[in-house]
Amino acid sequence: MNWFARTFNYSIGRKIIMALTGLFLVFFLIEHVFGNLLLFANDGGAAFNEYSHDMSHNTIIRIVEYLLFAGIIFHFVDGFILWSKNRSARPIRYQMSKPHEKTKWTSRNMIWSGSVILIFLVIHLKSFFVPYRITDGMDGKTLFEITRDAFANPYYSAFYVFAMILLGLHLNHGFSSAFQTLGLRHPNFYSGIKILGVILSLVISLGFASMPIYFYLQTIMN
Amino acid sequence: MSNLNLTLKIWRQRNANDSGKLVTYKVNNISTHASFLEMLDILNEDLVKKGEDPVAFAHDCREGICGSCGCYINGRAHGPEGGTATCQLHMRKFKDGDTITVEPWRAKAFPVIKDLVVDRSALDRILQKGGYVSVNTGAAPDANEILVPKPVADEAFTGAACIGCGACVAACPNASAMLFTAAKISQLALLPQGKPERYRRVEDMIAQMEDEGFGNCTNVGACSLECPKQIGQNHIARLNREYILAKTFNPPKSNEVEVI
Repeated sequence: MNWFARTFNYSIGRKIIMALTGLFLVFFLIEHVFGNLLLFANDGGAAFNEYSHDMSHNTIIRIVEYLLFAGIIFHFVDGFILWSKNRSARPIRYQMSKPHEKTKWTSRNMIWSGSVILIFLVIHLKSFFVPYRITDGMDGKTLFEITRDAFANPYYSAFYVFAMILLGLHLNHGFSSAFQTLGLRHPNFYSGIKILGVILSLVISLGFASMPIYFYLQTIMN
Repeated sequence: MSNLNLTLKIWRQRNANDSGKLVTYKVNNISTHASFLEMLDILNEDLVKKGEDPVAFAHDCREGICGSCGCYINGRAHGPEGGTATCQLHMRKFKDGDTITVEPWRAKAFPVIKDLVVDRSALDRILQKGGYVSVNTGAAPDANEILVPKPVADEAFTGAACIGCGACVAACPNASAMLFTAAKISQLALLPQGKPERYRRVEDMIAQMEDEGFGNCTNVGACSLECPKQIGQNHIARLNREYILAKTFNPPKSNEVEVI
């Protein structure tokens, strides 16, 4: 086997891929949540529509977008491969198992929070990305109007909020975990990374969750 | 202190091919001063008197330093007490009338030999791949010939404290041997004596760990919390760092050297 296959076929190599793609996706989420705050501009969506038009017509952003999709695919595929390997490492389970109270629920359930995020992602792309960028199925509406109408549906909005809570939990463990996997741990800064991970998970999950809540409340108040 | 009457649910399995099951036993009048293994001795004496097969469990020093013992007790590796091996768990940690479930370590790489005894030779094979330093035989070197800074020596010693009991594998939700392997790699990577073989060591030991069928670390941290020697996650971070360094800076073998 060559160097690449040897390195990334082993568990630690796969985990390095998980860590690097995970951190890349966090950077994307930060950009995404702050860009989407333009939904709150209260200008009928003018600023948001202009921002999304600029983003989808910028060559560099388009290239990064391919990297982003590759990152998403690698992160999910590798995650599922690692999970299935981990399952098979203990074919006979314990009859009685009480996890130590200091271990976090989030760290034990990354596969489940990740799976919900995958389902969410498919629905999310189908609602917005596919009509806006691929099929041109906007029916003359702007992206802002599509967003507003989608979140008028309470079930749709509730699922968004649920998925964003799980995204927050996923990031809560995932961010500092990525640094640990890359070996970037030292008493001087590791507690800072943990705190930064908590802050980022809160900003991203609450930021995104506020959007369906805002539009849904607007719908029922009008 | 009053003595305890307990109900035990113990995993009984005749041999590696038997499917095994939990069997319920009653033990009475157990002193709170007894260790967990002494309590099992008392049970076994009863079983022998009755002409039944005693419960097989691994043990040796009973002082918490040899790493031979280890059971999954009430859903926790080495039982509810932190920082101890099973032999150093005492019956005063339990209450009269308690039901205690005792299972062997569970991992594909740790097949059950009998009852509570598992085959941990997978850990030995990981060590054989690099958990040592190569030295010339002859007269002992002078103690201070190679200088080691105190903080480095201390950090290396926290890794060297590993007794190889396998509780990290047992406690890990993924049955990963990362903490065990990390303790060795980290200790030897820190010390000057381990430096010449550091890259080869991490690559070979990780490859063996994978081949034995252990799972992958997901940074849950259960291993460190259940470790009798409380070996920290910082060693796993150092293992990851050593792996990346080995993959990027390991000097090429003589037949791989680029001439131009």
